[in-house]
Amino acid sequence: MKKKLLSAVIAGFMAATPVMAELTFSALSYRTGAYGNNGIPFADGYLDYFTLLQERDGGIGGESIRVIECETAYNTEKGVECYEATKGEGVLSYSPLSTGITYQLIPKATADGIALHTMGYGRTSAKNGQIFRNVFNFPANYWDGASVGIKHLLDINNGDIKGKKVALVYHNSAYGKEPIRTLEELSKKHGYELMLLPVDHPGQEQKSQWLQIRREKPDYVLMWGWGVMNPVAIQEAVNIRYPMENFIGVWWSGSENDVLPAGDKATGYKALAFHAVNSDFPIFDDIKKYVVDTGKAAGAGDQVGTVLYNRGMYNAMLITEAARKAQEIAGKSNISQADMIKGFEALEMTDARMEELGLGGFGPSFSVSCENHGGDGMVAVAQWDAGAAKWSIVSDFQASDMSVIQPLIDEDSGAFAAENNLSPNCS
Amino acid sequence: MPDQLIYAIEVFFNGLMAGVLYALVALGFVLIYKASGIFNYAQGVMALFAAMTLVGVMEGQVPFAHLINAVLGTKVHHFGWHLPALVGIVSTVLVMVVLAWLVQRVIFKHLVGQEPIILFMATIGLAYFMEGLGDMMWGSEIKKLDVGLPQGINLWIDEATYNIFDYGFFIDNLDIVATIIAITLVGSLVIFAQYTKEGRAMRAVADDHQAALSVGVSLNFIWIMVWSVAGFVALVAGIMWGTKSGVQFSLSLIALKALPVLMLGGFTSIPGAIVGGLIIGVGEKLFEFLVGPLIGGATENWFAYVLALLLLVFRPQGLFGEKIIERV
Repeated sequence: MKKKLLSAVIAGFMAATPVMAELTFSALSYRTGAYGNNGIPFADGYLDYFTLLQERDGGIGGESIRVIECETAYNTEKGVECYEATKGEGVLSYSPLSTGITYQLIPKATADGIALHTMGYGRTSAKNGQIFRNVFNFPANYWDGASVGIKHLLDINNGDIKGKKVALVYHNSAYGKEPIRTLEELSKKHGYELMLLPVDHPGQEQKSQWLQIRREKPDYVLMWGWGVMNPVAIQEAVNIRYPMENFIGVWWSGSENDVLPAGDKATGYKALAFHAVNSDFPIFDDIKKYVVDTGKAAGAGDQVGTVLYNRGMYNAMLITEAARKAQEIAGKSNISQADMIKGFEALEMTDARMEELGLGGFGPSFSVSCENHGGDGMVAVAQWDAGAAKWSIVSDFQASDMSVIQPLIDEDSGAFAAENNLSPNCS
Repeated sequence: MPDQLIYAIEVFFNGLMAGVLYALVALGFVLIYKASGIFNYAQGVMALFAAMTLVGVMEGQVPFAHLINAVLGTKVHHFGWHLPALVGIVSTVLVMVVLAWLVQRVIFKHLVGQEPIILFMATIGLAYFMEGLGDMMWGSEIKKLDVGLPQGINLWIDEATYNIFDYGFFIDNLDIVATIIAITLVGSLVIFAQYTKEGRAMRAVADDHQAALSVGVSLNFIWIMVWSVAGFVALVAGIMWGTKSGVQFSLSLIALKALPVLMLGGFTSIPGAIVGGLIIGVGEKLFEFLVGPLIGGATENWFAYVLALLLLVFRPQGLFGEKIIERV
């Protein structure tokens, strides 16, 4: 009798309670290990944006948000474990935050029909959406970065860098090697000499590379670094008195963490950027009000407005906007993983929408399509001012040189399609 | 003189300087291994912890501020002072002595007589604990360390070599300071080990724990002393490396640079750590300069181990290590 009564109560309770659906997202973050001090502000920005939507708006389109955070320590094996452990939770989108993890997850996520969003990292040729159906790397990728880096050199040399020597100091990993092919092709087009200088993980010791730079005197140095490699490189550049305005890092070499250890002499160092690098946006007032001041911030709340915090927040914003688009297309709020892919594919970030979000001018407008999963590849150049302790965007956002990049994308994505027996498909 | 030879001389001297920095890390390993037979996996993390503590003390950071604020709802972060480097260094040495005492009391006191592998495993646990403790105490963000050491090119050497070779050598002022400090440190340690009562007791403990105990040497005191000295050496290494790169987690990975040095110099020799460091430093830099460009570069990490492995084939105890003969 008691059992029957209990069953009836449970059944009644279940019937009376509305079905509480959730939109589940993943946060493959790294707060530990050699790259943790960069992973923390990114993860904080990423999670705080989801918390903001939950606290201020009650979620997305009326659906609550659930974010599953998993620690990868920037380790590929751990990243794959995180994916395997969480994919059964109905996760709508993964952002692996590592090129190595991305390469491992592309076949897995493709087989599972789950979206991967690799913003500013990962496999560059995933821009070809006809082959990489569920992988998105908007708004910019490494080849866009390499191209705009060279465009910047053209801009400051009246369009002619023929005979100039450009060195690439890069993290000796899948990530660091990504721009090499593009820079080689661009060197053929513009006539500069490319000098390659790999630095092994973690990059604490770079004396050999910088002695070589001192001997061979490249006109410009580009850097694809991460973690401790960045501040050490900047310090070594200061030590050999390399002109800082001729030293340009990719966006992963352009945070406060990278320049602060070198002190005042880091002034003038440049870095590529695909979003704003300061905190003068209304969204930060909301984050402070709804997230930090209520004690719900993912971290201590002291990273808000820093470059990497901004990037994490921007990443989360793009994902949630894709989820909104998916809800709009599906005509329902409780979207599936397949709906989410459609949302990503139809995403359009306009200036007006950015204004509505409190992020007017934070990043360039762009749109995604089935054929183009990488957006418009708009990148700007930022410069560090140690006196004011802040980064400032010092150029316009400009598009990459697709006449060089598109053939490379076609070639690399074509090779992937051949290896995996895929044919271009946009149906 | 051909340009390549001039450049090779510059690389040679920079290799020597890099070797001194590797040797500074290796010294901490040697001290503890010599006195207790423990291969201290936590030596790199001790360098990180010491450097974090130094910055924290100098900048007046409240230890465990994030934890305190999260639990008590307060907003305390700084005491509001900025201490001179010397006061910070002395305070950090005291912290490292307390840490040594805790390590002995909490861990190794209970492991006396255990197999070396057990002791080694305990140091792995200690390394992970200290990683977390350091982050909780001082935060994991990158910190600028400035104790007033000079950095950048030495202009006198630049000018002098320019007059001779028509090419100015680059030698970092920080590396010169590191060399002077390392020579002083090694000299002091050798004198301490050879000529002081405590030093001789340390060597007695290293030879045989039981025999040392039987003649009245306090194992407890010697181990605390050795871990304190290793903590001090870790602080020196942390200052040198932290000044270059800022204080951050990667500082703990400098231990990886010390391993080939130890293999080469021997685990029980203080001068061996220095000579091993110099050979590794010069060897890897010259190899990178001469062979690196032919095979794509980034040879330094693996070449150091190859060099050490080659030596192991001919002299397993390292250049200065003790040859242990055991009856079976």
